[in-house]
Amino acid sequence: MNLLRRNLPGALVVGIPVLWILVFMLLPYGIIVTYSFWLKKYPTFLPAFQFGNYVTLFTDPQYLRVFLRTLKISLLVSAASFLLAYPFAYYLVFRCRSQALRTWLYMAVIAPLWVSYLLRAYIWKTILGTEGVLNSFLMWLRIIDEPSSLFLYNQFSMVVTLTYIFIPFMVMPIYTALEKIPVNLTEASADLGMSPWRSFWHVTLPLSLPGVAAGFTLTFCLSFGDFIAPFLVGGPDGNLVANVIATQFGAALNWPLGSALAIVMLIVVLSIVSVSDRLERKGLTGGT
Amino acid sequence: MAAIIELENLSKHYSPTIIGVDDVSLTVEDGEFVTLLGPSGCGKSTLLRMIGGFEAPTHGSIRLAGKDVTWDPPYKREVNMVFQDYALFPHMSVGENVGYGLKTLRLSKGEIATRVKDALSLVGLYDKVNQRPQQLSGGQRQRIALARAIVRRPKVLLLDEPLSALDAKLREQMQIELKHLHEKVGITFIMVTHDQTEALVMSDRVVVMESGRIAQEGRPQDLYDHPASPYVANFIGTTNFLPGTSGATQGRLTHVEAPGTTLRAELDAAPPPGREITIGFRPEKVRVLAETESAENTLSGRVAEVIYYGLGLRVAVELEGGARVFADSLLPDRLAQSVLPQIGQSMRLAVAPHNVFVFEGRVAP
Repeated sequence: MNLLRRNLPGALVVGIPVLWILVFMLLPYGIIVTYSFWLKKYPTFLPAFQFGNYVTLFTDPQYLRVFLRTLKISLLVSAASFLLAYPFAYYLVFRCRSQALRTWLYMAVIAPLWVSYLLRAYIWKTILGTEGVLNSFLMWLRIIDEPSSLFLYNQFSMVVTLTYIFIPFMVMPIYTALEKIPVNLTEASADLGMSPWRSFWHVTLPLSLPGVAAGFTLTFCLSFGDFIAPFLVGGPDGNLVANVIATQFGAALNWPLGSALAIVMLIVVLSIVSVSDRLERKGLTGGT
Repeated sequence: MAAIIELENLSKHYSPTIIGVDDVSLTVEDGEFVTLLGPSGCGKSTLLRMIGGFEAPTHGSIRLAGKDVTWDPPYKREVNMVFQDYALFPHMSVGENVGYGLKTLRLSKGEIATRVKDALSLVGLYDKVNQRPQQLSGGQRQRIALARAIVRRPKVLLLDEPLSALDAKLREQMQIELKHLHEKVGITFIMVTHDQTEALVMSDRVVVMESGRIAQEGRPQDLYDHPASPYVANFIGTTNFLPGTSGATQGRLTHVEAPGTTLRAELDAAPPPGREITIGFRPEKVRVLAETESAENTLSGRVAEVIYYGLGLRVAVELEGGARVFADSLLPDRLAQSVLPQIGQSMRLAVAPHNVFVFEGRVAP
């Protein structure tokens, strides 16, 4: 009793999160894994241990198509975020002379994270729609005569929206990685005869790769599991894996198949996280 | 010998009030080992960085081997720098670090390998060629940084406080090694340091800097024996200062009035009589007199403190006039320790006329 009382604070500090993870993470995962082996028998499901659901996923081309589409969209979002975020972070760290301006610009990237995700996705509906800001602007410029419906409800609008939503997760790690590079390394590179461009290529870029890897992982995994943007701006060919899972648990009423799909997705995301984790570790110790 | 570096009225003014380097003109001969010496903030590093091309001067010009390079970027100058914390690339092996500067020289792979090997062998670390810098000790990194800087065979090697990150023992060893390296490669070395010992041990010529200007330049022994100002006298070595008044000059000897005594100083250029002056002399040039011994230029007082530092003894003597001076003596024999001076005992000191400095004005630091 005495022993328990002495250790109670410690037990609570460790115990509560462990219990939380157990009940709200591991247990649900267990349930999902179990369901993924069950049989669908309308209107309910039969407990079983068979791989039929997984076989369906890998043989029915419609699932492969959705999977490849999700992969493509996520890669495009990561790539677009990288192309926008890297020069921006580089400017902030190395070129921006004013500390105040740097703080403001950095905050401008972070601030949208405080706004509801749903709202940020919805904003693009109003920008890209036929009655939207973009169409009005182009018509005002007389580039187009009538509103175009090309901007919304397709993969383009999805990539734009997801890039906008997740770009802070690319800017932050790259900014941190660039900031950690000692200035005298680029000076040493210049001293040893390298032009600024070659110094960037040989010194700055390789040393910032851990940040790039972290940014890619974050934006990729977040887009890979996204569910709202396809729903709001995606249109008919915009279904992503997460939407299919949602359908299986809802209208299609096929929990076993949905569970199997969720497990496959989890494995993909976890393997990407572990690969990037290894890359980052390698970067930290300078590749030794 | 030909001039390799010529600085002409070089200045770096960050703003009208913040001045890094102020109107410095300096010529460095080919093959020389020159040290820029001064406390932090005296502009020595800024001066070095301007020679390297990392900072642009606001006035003046820099010539390298006769060619104006004032506005050339670092990568177009045939000078290389050893950075204070070495700035080795953490994502490259030791060999890649050293070979990095050869990439732009359009050499064959074999030639690059040979040069890397030569440079690493020169600093005795060829066996570490495949290791990463972070696996090496501070002293080894220092040598890699040196090898990387000399492998391009620059006209001038710049060293920014190269030994400051090393511990005392290693620093002493590297001082000698650097000096030998300089003799071996024959490249001009310009080093920045705040450590007067380093400057004295290694350099052919020392440039003492004060608030962005050159206070004095010359061979180490000239600076030590003939400091131009109390600042230099105090920065290089230790100096006792006494306020005084100049008196009559007879031949090369000038009388100077110090508190409680009159000294004679042997000067090249004596100040006119009656001027306020500062008298200086080094603790190790002071001789402690035996009780009956008589000598020129005596000072008497009482022992205020005795500091033992192994190699010798430093005695603080409170003079009759109230000033306090240090007298150093070596303890060549263990027996001498039995006659250590006692605090409060009276003591007479003597300093030879040629060891007395006289500076105009009462400007003792």
